[in-house]
Amino acid sequence: MILQVKLFAVAKQIVDSDTFEIESNEPITIGDIRDRLLAIHPRFSEVMPNCRFAVNAAYVNDDTVVSSADEIAIIPPVSGG
Amino acid sequence: MNGLTTDKIDTQALVDRVTTPAAGAVVLFVGTTREFTNGRQTASLDYECYEEMAKKKLSEIEQQARERWDIVDCAIVHRLGHVPLAEASIAIAVSSAHRAVSFEAGRWLIDTIKEEVPIWKKENWADGTTEWVHPSGEKRA
Repeated sequence: MILQVKLFAVAKQIVDSDTFEIESNEPITIGDIRDRLLAIHPRFSEVMPNCRFAVNAAYVNDDTVVSSADEIAIIPPVSGG
Repeated sequence: MNGLTTDKIDTQALVDRVTTPAAGAVVLFVGTTREFTNGRQTASLDYECYEEMAKKKLSEIEQQARERWDIVDCAIVHRLGHVPLAEASIAIAVSSAHRAVSFEAGRWLIDTIKEEVPIWKKENWADGTTEWVHPSGEKRA
């Protein structure tokens, strides 16, 4: 299956795209996605520890298992207001 | 009521919206584009968001405030896109029978929005460089 991760702000800047695709043949967790992003884009190392993830527009923890049906997004530290 | 807009925020319209005979107090908070941050000069800001989630989080936070305080009404608007110096990026109007509730709820609303809603600001510095702002954990006053 192919999972698409939505990217915003500095994450979009690092990857130079508003989505990141991950291929996986088995169930995958948010923690796995975090590791894959870091492996492919080492420039994430500084901001990644402070990034949260959202699945279907709700914050989740790293143990959450996702599938290609889910809307996944990396949420860098927010700065609205 | 809450929402996102790329237009200039009409703060008076927000105040009018929450002003009713049931209220004896209206508090308006307006967040504006500041020119200097730690001595560095800002030319303007640009905001982007994860729209679907930002709308959902704003509604959740508004609902939490309505459950926690006895407010008469509340209205929140966050601006997106380009925001020039001194213009509003966010406005929050809260009304209540007495002033303490409006001050407390308004303070909690802006603090919580700044922590939870997926909206990001990019500094367009006066020297021509740009930078996404990503607070690294410590709470900002």
